[in-house]
Amino acid sequence: MIDGVIALYIFMLAAFTGYEVISRVPVILHTPLMSGSNFVHGIVLVGAMVALATADTPFVRIIGFVGVVLAAGNAVGGYVVTERMLKMFVLGGKKKGS
Amino acid sequence: MPASTIQTVTQLSYLIAAALFILGLKRMSSPVTAVSGVRWAGIGMVLATAATLAFMGASPLNLMLVIAAIALGSIVAWISGKRVAMTDMPQMIALYNGMGGGAAAAIAAVELYSGNEHNLVHLIMAAVGGFIGAVSFSGSLIAFAKLQGLITKSVRFGGQKFLNLAILLIAAGFGFMVVSGTGAQSGLPLVSLFFAFALILGVAMTLPIGGADMPVVISLYNALTGLAVGFEGFVLDNAAMIIAGTVVGSAGTLLTQLMAKAMNRSLGNVLFSNFGESSSASGGAVTGSQKAIEASDAGVMMAYSQKIIVVPGYGLAVAQAQHKVWELTQLLIDHGVKVRFAIHPVAGRMPGHMNVLLAEAGVPYDLISDLDEINAEFETADVALIIGANDVVNPDARTNKSSPIYGMPILNADKAKNVIVIKRGQGQGFSGIDNALFVLDQTRMLYGDAQAAVSQLIQAVKAAG
Repeated sequence: MIDGVIALYIFMLAAFTGYEVISRVPVILHTPLMSGSNFVHGIVLVGAMVALATADTPFVRIIGFVGVVLAAGNAVGGYVVTERMLKMFVLGGKKKGS
Repeated sequence: MPASTIQTVTQLSYLIAAALFILGLKRMSSPVTAVSGVRWAGIGMVLATAATLAFMGASPLNLMLVIAAIALGSIVAWISGKRVAMTDMPQMIALYNGMGGGAAAAIAAVELYSGNEHNLVHLIMAAVGGFIGAVSFSGSLIAFAKLQGLITKSVRFGGQKFLNLAILLIAAGFGFMVVSGTGAQSGLPLVSLFFAFALILGVAMTLPIGGADMPVVISLYNALTGLAVGFEGFVLDNAAMIIAGTVVGSAGTLLTQLMAKAMNRSLGNVLFSNFGESSSASGGAVTGSQKAIEASDAGVMMAYSQKIIVVPGYGLAVAQAQHKVWELTQLLIDHGVKVRFAIHPVAGRMPGHMNVLLAEAGVPYDLISDLDEINAEFETADVALIIGANDVVNPDARTNKSSPIYGMPILNADKAKNVIVIKRGQGQGFSGIDNALFVLDQTRMLYGDAQAAVSQLIQAVKAAG
């Protein structure tokens, strides 16, 4: 169980972490990074799974089902487009060296 | 396994996942380690999902539903993500982001509808997270529709701000009733109304925003989805969701601010001002006429230049001209011409959109400069080649106080000795503002689709020797 004050600490530290991680990013990586952070909040999938797992009426099951579909789309779609974009940067870097 | 062991294993896998997310984002912040970064984060995601699936203790029916839902969402997203063209990336990010917001709202809906949550703090967290998630969901879908060209008009009318404020207050009112409500049964219609108004607010907020501001809006919704996920993580006692959601929330907020700053506007200005069509009427009228040039003449001019600065914009993305542009660049470099690329922070539909496209074509980093690095160099350039860019090179932003984009930092392409503008027609840019650059004495217009025009330029440069 996560206690209220502990949760606030987690919030605060995570907020600073996010700020620090982004603040040193070159402009050229802003779009891939937005896409990457979009993928990271796909972790909502585990929450949606737990929510659907606890559903006990058809109505709530439908909402939970939709939630899991959306969350899986967020995670998988976010990963695929981020990887595709970032691969291009590696390609560009190699050509530069050759 | 005893329950406590299961709890510990799940929590440990969440901890590792959270660490992998942060390390992954960190590695994504450098081009060299970027691909490994997203893979690290991917491993974290798989780990957290597998642990949840194994230990969540669902009934057989629910377990089956979970697996079916994951399969359905994953397959659709995998196929769409693999197929989408690089140029359409911004709207796909908007779409996937909206899905995340919708998922956060769905978690909140499950918690609020099922009524088995009695902790007041958790109820408030669920409602706030659900509200933010729902706004992000419907708002992102509108942003997607706008970028995809499904919605072309920006809906604006007097008193819109007050209507939006009214919707917000109504949603907040229902939210208050839901949280303070007495039991699940009476709460059902209230919860529905609460989510309905949150969804309407997302639509109403996004409809009036012009396409030029979409990058900022998508980034904002990305941050909001992160926050919503963090809130729902608190409700579910899920540390991985709290950490990942909050990291994205703060990182996304910073990114949004950086983007708004690049356009010299505050976030409030982006969200609440009627930028775009309505302001073009009041913007200073641009006098003079555009002078056309043939591709053959433009090609000769470029072949005999010392230094050329290429300014790509959204037109390049639309025409998929990035490969042709790199071909032209290599040809010019063989001719002994110095070629540089100047990227405005908000060129295209997202910051770095142009960088992604040029990287796809294989343009090396060292030819690409951002606004601060290159602006002093336009004075020494023989040709500034503008490919499908408009507002980011409009000198009115520097000189014309009545222009809606006055004060926005621009690329000083007007300082170059010659300016060649590749443009589809004589119309205005995405923001609907006339461009003073196009009627300058040293400016020549090369009308046509960017890819076709650049192909013609390649032929012309080849012919020139």
